[in-house]
Amino acid sequence: MRYIDRDLIVENVEKLCIDACYSIGDEILKALQKSKDKEKSAIGQDVLSQIIENDLIAREDYVPMCQDTGIVIVFLEIGNEVHIDYDIYDAINEGVKNGYEHGYLRKSVVRHPFDRVNTKDNTPAVIHTKLVTGDKINILVAPKGGGSENMSLVKMLTPSDGYEGVKKLVIDTVFNTKGKPCPPIIVGVGIGGSFEKAAIIAKEAVMRPIEDSSPDEIAKKLEDELLHEINKLGIGPMGFGGTQTALAVKVNVHPCHIASLPVAINIQCHAARHKEVTI
Amino acid sequence: MKISTPLTEEVIEKLHAGDRVLITGTIYTARDAAHLRLANLIKDNKELPFDITNQIIYYVGPTPAKPNQVIGSAGPTTSYRMDPYTPLLLKHGLKGMVGKGDRNKEVKEAIKKYKAVYFCGIGGTAALIAKSIKKAKIIAYEDLGAEAIRKLEVIDFPAIVVNDIYGNDLMMDNIKKYKVEE
Repeated sequence: MRYIDRDLIVENVEKLCIDACYSIGDEILKALQKSKDKEKSAIGQDVLSQIIENDLIAREDYVPMCQDTGIVIVFLEIGNEVHIDYDIYDAINEGVKNGYEHGYLRKSVVRHPFDRVNTKDNTPAVIHTKLVTGDKINILVAPKGGGSENMSLVKMLTPSDGYEGVKKLVIDTVFNTKGKPCPPIIVGVGIGGSFEKAAIIAKEAVMRPIEDSSPDEIAKKLEDELLHEINKLGIGPMGFGGTQTALAVKVNVHPCHIASLPVAINIQCHAARHKEVTI
Repeated sequence: MKISTPLTEEVIEKLHAGDRVLITGTIYTARDAAHLRLANLIKDNKELPFDITNQIIYYVGPTPAKPNQVIGSAGPTTSYRMDPYTPLLLKHGLKGMVGKGDRNKEVKEAIKKYKAVYFCGIGGTAALIAKSIKKAKIIAYEDLGAEAIRKLEVIDFPAIVVNDIYGNDLMMDNIKKYKVEE
């Protein structure tokens, strides 16, 4: 067994929150550059230039790239040989609180969906926990903005809707959102499992490396076809028209009930922020 | 094209969908919760916390300013959430909005009817846009935090005309243009 100190969790989460908001990942920056080179509309190219310039300013001036520094989503993996004698969720939330305060990040969380009183420290985070083998803890922090998250959905299709039904749902959803979620977007699609499982695997899909493909043959085919179809919709960067609407489509699949075909679509804006650490 | 605030009818007539503008002057911030309060004041025949006549409202909730900054990062938020309130504000004299994403039919009709203009900033470019904001002061609803109404002094604030008084719609028109039919 390996004991992991609480302070280590708090400090790391604080740093991850700030780093994620101030500095876009190199692979996203590369994807944006590639997308700019491919864009056919002049206004779309100009938008992509400004997005790239903004991301570079954020890094250099050490400020948030986007004013919506999100609600914090945490994917937490705890090894079965790790010993902790404290409330790890409490430690993560303390890290979020410190990160949002010390990093001058916007506090965007309200305590109740109806009374909408701001918690003033951006807690609580949304935390998904997995128990894994080993003596380490892995923490992935993804600040998720409201603009793109609002464009996401879960829909229960039926088995007869099949592959084509899923494809149509994703394309229609993206078309209806137009410039609202800050394209070029990354589209995370979760298919199968149950109502809630589909949503979680859709969000996990967004966290996958931008250049990878699903190891599942059918899912990979769907990823390729959807990316192609979405970029034909004409929406373009920020919805001003163009050929680069999505940077990537990621499809995750999971076994499901004979009667079911749950589909979740999680839309991620171009500020695809996530940073992780293994302790 | 350089424009200044308050907006005049003469300037609004010159603006066409697709024009890139640099705005200089005073603009006001307001987003979801502030819009609800403004709309309620109008419905109750009460005075607004600032005179919206001929003004521009920027849909933004900035990050907190660091000690050496005027304002934190300040990019546009998605506009459709303000759609339920916008026709009422336009009726009461508002002339411009800056946000991101498309607007509903009622807002587009009101833009034509009341001779106003909808601009878009580039979503997410909050660090870049903040550079054009020279002064920022909270003038109402401090309790709303990031959603408080701020009076901003801007120089060459970058935006694109999306909906003009002639019924043009940059987004819808350009999406049609780049849509690939098979």
